[in-house]
Amino acid sequence: MKWLERSGIRAPKSPGSNETLRKSHPTALRLRQSTLCRTPRGLADRIVRAVMLLEVKNLNIEFHDHDRPERAVCGLNLRMEAGEIVGIVGESGSGKSMSALAIAGLLSRKDITKQGEILFEGKDILNCSRSELRKLQGDDIAMIFQEPETSLNPLKKVGWQVEEALRLHTDLTKEGRRARALEVLRKAELQDAEKVYDSYPHHLSGGMRQRVMIAAAMACRPKLLIADEPTTALDVTIQAQIVKLLKKIREEQHTAVLFISHDLSLIRQLCERVLVMQAGHLIEEGAVEEVFRSPGQEYTKKLIGAIPEIPAACETRGKFER
Amino acid sequence: MKKKNWNLLIGGLLSGIMLLFIVVGFFYTPCSPEAMDNAAKFAGVSAKHLMGCDHFGRDIFSRILKGCGNTFIVAFGTVLIGTLCGIFLGAFTGYYGGVLDEILMRVNDAVFAFPSILLALVFVSLFGGGKYNIILALGIAFVPSFARIVRSEFIRCKNMDYVKSARLMGAGDLRIMFVHILPNVMPVLVSSVLIGFNNAVLAEAGMSYLGIGVQPPEASLGRMLSEAQSYLFSKPSMAFLPGLMIVLLVLGFSLMSEGLKRER
Amino acid sequence: MSDLVLEVKNVSSYYRENRRLSGKRAERKQVLKNVSFSMEAGEILGLVGESGCGKTTLSRAILGFLKDYEGEIIHYSTKPQMIFQDPYGSLNPSKKLGWILEEPLKNAGGFTAEERRKRVFGMLRQTGLTEDFAERYPSQLSGGQRQRACIGAALMSAPALLIADEPVSALDVTIQAQVMELLKRLHGERNIAILFISHDLRVVYQMCDRIMIMKDGEIVESGTREEIYFSPRHEYTKLLLQAAGI
Repeated sequence: MKWLERSGIRAPKSPGSNETLRKSHPTALRLRQSTLCRTPRGLADRIVRAVMLLEVKNLNIEFHDHDRPERAVCGLNLRMEAGEIVGIVGESGSGKSMSALAIAGLLSRKDITKQGEILFEGKDILNCSRSELRKLQGDDIAMIFQEPETSLNPLKKVGWQVEEALRLHTDLTKEGRRARALEVLRKAELQDAEKVYDSYPHHLSGGMRQRVMIAAAMACRPKLLIADEPTTALDVTIQAQIVKLLKKIREEQHTAVLFISHDLSLIRQLCERVLVMQAGHLIEEGAVEEVFRSPGQEYTKKLIGAIPEIPAACETRGKFER
Repeated sequence: MKKKNWNLLIGGLLSGIMLLFIVVGFFYTPCSPEAMDNAAKFAGVSAKHLMGCDHFGRDIFSRILKGCGNTFIVAFGTVLIGTLCGIFLGAFTGYYGGVLDEILMRVNDAVFAFPSILLALVFVSLFGGGKYNIILALGIAFVPSFARIVRSEFIRCKNMDYVKSARLMGAGDLRIMFVHILPNVMPVLVSSVLIGFNNAVLAEAGMSYLGIGVQPPEASLGRMLSEAQSYLFSKPSMAFLPGLMIVLLVLGFSLMSEGLKRER
Repeated sequence: MSDLVLEVKNVSSYYRENRRLSGKRAERKQVLKNVSFSMEAGEILGLVGESGCGKTTLSRAILGFLKDYEGEIIHYSTKPQMIFQDPYGSLNPSKKLGWILEEPLKNAGGFTAEERRKRVFGMLRQTGLTEDFAERYPSQLSGGQRQRACIGAALMSAPALLIADEPVSALDVTIQAQVMELLKRLHGERNIAILFISHDLRVVYQMCDRIMIMKDGEIVESGTREEIYFSPRHEYTKLLLQAAGI
């Protein structure tokens, strides 16, 4: 209970839930800390445990564009180690995208106030200057968005856009940049990287564009990649490929990934740890499999229940011979 | 709860006052606006002549009351013709597309390429001047801009799913155009109509200033300005007052259109 | 064997790519290749495929929006209705919900104002909304409520066939479940045939009795739900299932 108060997590607003929460919360929110220490094989020794890659402490985000301020995020706490994949799940309006934007330092509108701390390697993103923030963005923190249609500039060639981060953050020569861009394009599993390098975004399919986005984000080998619903606009087969790609990149480059989605089954495929958000509150946190096995909150149960169920395919497969 | 829309409030208030002014001018003027009084040439402000008299000894206040009305009628008529024709042209070309669209829009472009005042000048020189010919001339010159706006909005809306579902539910083309789509075009149209109204006020003033608009001795704001220019230094109020009325009229409608834009 | 509501025979369609600007010759691209299937009254048929595979073209052809196709499409009942993917574009933003629901009745004619009102209220209740929604504009509704309203509007003319083009993919998961439940309930009550188009295999499993898999304008596999999910034959079906983690 004390932990609860300290972290500022409050009960969802639905009537009567205060009581139920008080009863269920200690178990539900028992920080499954053990998972924090579970890092990919071979990585553990390289990580200095003392410094967290990302630490969000009691983050509050409020909108002020109406008479009454509206809370988008209430008291969010989040810790990420280097190389960790964490998923945030929630429905539209749960504040997950707002939190992601704030962590990326992209939430600097006049009518939004932010309280709390977002520490990236000990540096507070909320309070550092524009120039400091610019040094981080694209270099150490990169982000990919939901709409591959709009997140690439339609008037610039793909190569130019992938190189942009390199142009801003490195002293590479033109040839060096080109070589690096081609390398990341190839790493993003784009066939014929040279051709893609010289094409415009409208020549590419949605899946290819999202790969280009990932390549551009990875150009400077960021420490943290924030992916805001990167697969929602894509077809299932492409979705699976992108998820696989993210997994591979993370394993090769030890990039931490903050994966935001409304789709729990995707998060299950990709992440180790999951945070469940509802109406701006973090209501549950833990290892993915554990959350699936024993969800502590009604809402999480509802989310899991909403995934249309198909009987275990491997058992039934073959029983329906034709 | 939203912030107060000051643009709409002030614009509406200003336009309301001007409209009241115009309506009063239709039914009552302190003196006859066309009656000359040799004794009162360039008379100053007095109880009888609230704003003094002009070079023919006509009461400026009465002339402004009447002139506002005339200017308003011309501008209103112009916008009415322009909007109605524009809606029909834009709706049909935008909704159906194809060859008809291609031909009409090219004609539209040709008309649009002329400055509207020049077009009206040609029209007037062919059919003669006067209040009603000016309305017609300016109205035709204003059609293309409205047609263009309506057309582009129709093209945007006709591909929306709700239009498809309206068709599935058995609505005919005309019903879809004027009952389903048109209300969605209105917000855009209204603010451009208000801007068009301003342009029409200015165009009328310009035409009358050139001497081909409202014919003397009738009063209109533009006419009064053109008459005042010879006496700009001896009696500046003769030019200042009608000018002020034009500014207020235009300002009111501009603010209103700006406010409506924000309301959307 | 119950009655057929729809029969699609050897439908092919071509799309002429407009290359005027780039100076190349116009290319004819085939979007539908000899598609044939039929639907019985009261069945839910799933149509699964990725974007660009011709799902939407097929639905347009069935609805009569696409005139330029080869082959035959035979309707054995009244005009089919459709539910669209994007709940934000499929309701006229400048009309109240009551007006939107009333429209099909007005177009059909033969109802008094009082009858129309009664039917609109009845439909609102059936779709899980309340009567005061009749006075609301679409902008005052959430995505799920909008989709309910769309379903209501589509059912006003009591069609025998409903085409649902990705009706839940723009919604949140919990809302998805509710809307699917509503569709299933209405299907049970009214015995409508539903052509359920989706790329989400999980959703399709929940909804459909029979499923067709479409790829590049061709139906590569079709069968009952169990056949498709538990003993897929075509490579592409297996790929889809694998990608969905099934």
